[in-house]
Amino acid sequence: MSSTATRRGPGERPGPGRSSGRRGPGRRPFGGGGVPLPLLLPALVGLAFLLLPLLALLIRAPWRGLPHQLSSPGVWQALRLSLETATSATAVSLVLGVPLAWLLARTSFPGRALVRALVTLPLVLPPVVGGVALLLALGRNGVVGRWLDSAFGITLPFTTAGVVVAEAFVAMPFLVISVEGTLRAADTRYEEAAATLGASRFTAFRRVTLPMIAPGVAAGAVLAWARALGEFGATITFAGSFPGRTQTMPLAVYLALQDDPAAAVALSLVLLAVSVAVLAGLRERWTGVGAA
Amino acid sequence: MTGTVEDAVTGTPPGLDAHLVVEREAFRLDVRLRVAPGEVLALLGPNGAGKTTALRALAGLTPLTGGRLQLDGVPLDEPGRRRRVAPERRPVGVIFQDYLLFPHLSALDNVAFGPRCQGVPKARARAEAAELLARMGLSDHAGVKPRQLSGGQAQRVALARALATGPRMLLLDEPLAALDAGARLDVRAELRRHLAAFEAVAVLVTHDPLDAMVLADRLVVIEHGTVVQEGTPAEIARRPRTDYVARLVGLNLYRGRAEGHEVAIGPELALATAEKLSGPVFVAFPPSAVALHRTRPESSARNAWRAVITGMESHGDQIRVALTGEAGGLPLAADLTTVAVAELGLETGTPVWASVKAAQTHAYPA
Repeated sequence: MSSTATRRGPGERPGPGRSSGRRGPGRRPFGGGGVPLPLLLPALVGLAFLLLPLLALLIRAPWRGLPHQLSSPGVWQALRLSLETATSATAVSLVLGVPLAWLLARTSFPGRALVRALVTLPLVLPPVVGGVALLLALGRNGVVGRWLDSAFGITLPFTTAGVVVAEAFVAMPFLVISVEGTLRAADTRYEEAAATLGASRFTAFRRVTLPMIAPGVAAGAVLAWARALGEFGATITFAGSFPGRTQTMPLAVYLALQDDPAAAVALSLVLLAVSVAVLAGLRERWTGVGAA
Repeated sequence: MTGTVEDAVTGTPPGLDAHLVVEREAFRLDVRLRVAPGEVLALLGPNGAGKTTALRALAGLTPLTGGRLQLDGVPLDEPGRRRRVAPERRPVGVIFQDYLLFPHLSALDNVAFGPRCQGVPKARARAEAAELLARMGLSDHAGVKPRQLSGGQAQRVALARALATGPRMLLLDEPLAALDAGARLDVRAELRRHLAAFEAVAVLVTHDPLDAMVLADRLVVIEHGTVVQEGTPAEIARRPRTDYVARLVGLNLYRGRAEGHEVAIGPELALATAEKLSGPVFVAFPPSAVALHRTRPESSARNAWRAVITGMESHGDQIRVALTGEAGGLPLAADLTTVAVAELGLETGTPVWASVKAAQTHAYPA
């Protein structure tokens, strides 16, 4: 975008009569000619389809009552819980997901393709089903949960930790896929160079590979965080909806919609603001550091 | 750390003693190498000859499938006895073709990387790295990231990084290939100085005969995974034994049978030579020893044959003419002056007679 701006002389106007040769090459790869209607029309409809709901949210927002709505402690409680659990779930995803991605990208073992497919399963699995599966695995009578309970007295369902578990279950595959892709694209010869300098495989990973794929890991972490922040189905199934404990923003929005639609809209606005803030922050980061 | 290696030596000569065998689908590398400490050996060969595979095998990045590899008497790879030392445990430093400096670390931290991996405390590793960089004339660039270095500077950092671990063998993969022609000359001279000062084994891989001849004490020419010729740069330049080597050193090369001062090359062709030999021989002569004529030369009947010009390109102040033989004649290259080319009216497709001056041919046993 900016390249087109700098190419243009100060007195020139980007009118339709101007030669297209002055424009950035990326803009019009085939030179002259307008955008074909069969492409333009669906594109505009698609754009409207994506923007209209957000616009409606802004139009119908109870702006006058907003301060009152947002001053209720319940809103901030839910927001705080959402941010805390999403961040914790992202941390869990990073600690477990990056090594898993490394294993998938850098080693070969029998059944690797199957493992990879299973890792991506939560991506397509309906989150509610994920929640049910988590209950059967980690519930008080679950396959592992029963043992966790009897041996350590740990119960996960319907706790804040349970929210983190549910969110991590749904969000981690995003991180694993993203990091694995980055690892596959990374030049393994740097790891060989590290080896010839005496670095063990782990040292090479920690001191060479990880710093070099940091932008990819960051992108994966953001994807996972965003997914965790919006997580609904698995959370409500596995952790329920207890205000202050397991009721995250999406759950609060949905429940508010039943009896206080204005409150639901206010909560939605807050989530929208958080999302936009994250997107804006990332744009800056990606254009500055990620581009390198 | 070099002490442990030397202590293990009992009676075996120091240096590299290797029989590298790497078998892959449709390719087999089988090369024997012996390099003494202080010696610089160049592996020279065309692309796909197996040079890089040999280098990777020496570094431990590609396992041997046969043969064995010993450095200063210490076995590093013996597939027959299922013994293999991992690359990170070999006292070997590598300078990769495009250097592979870690882009996120400064020049100083790149050099300190190896010692840090070997457990040297951070402060000392950095101090030693700074000293090495100073010796390379790079003190001003210690804090700079690799992408801000010029090609020559990056190469010196790569050399410093490889030397920082005190290796007993230094491996260089096409050390000058990543440089432009202008930087090449200086960097080559400088690298030669550093290699001459290096007291352990050095092996470099290159497809550039000039790099090999300037940098190395001894050349090993590899084609199709096997050694085709071995010797000092002067020997190889004088007595090529394959078409590839002959082309590299710019000579016409033929195989024939000698009888006295004449070497029979085909049924109808013989070259007079200065040497008196008998049996199978090679005959080599420079393109400048070739004369071209539009009609059959009178003087030496058997020393001339018919050929057709297939290409011409300027080569310094001469014109290098490529020819294919006709009617049993030989393919060859000839260097002519621009005036001669104009006078003879030569162009691609012109049929000519080629003759060789006997005094400039050189024959040696095959």
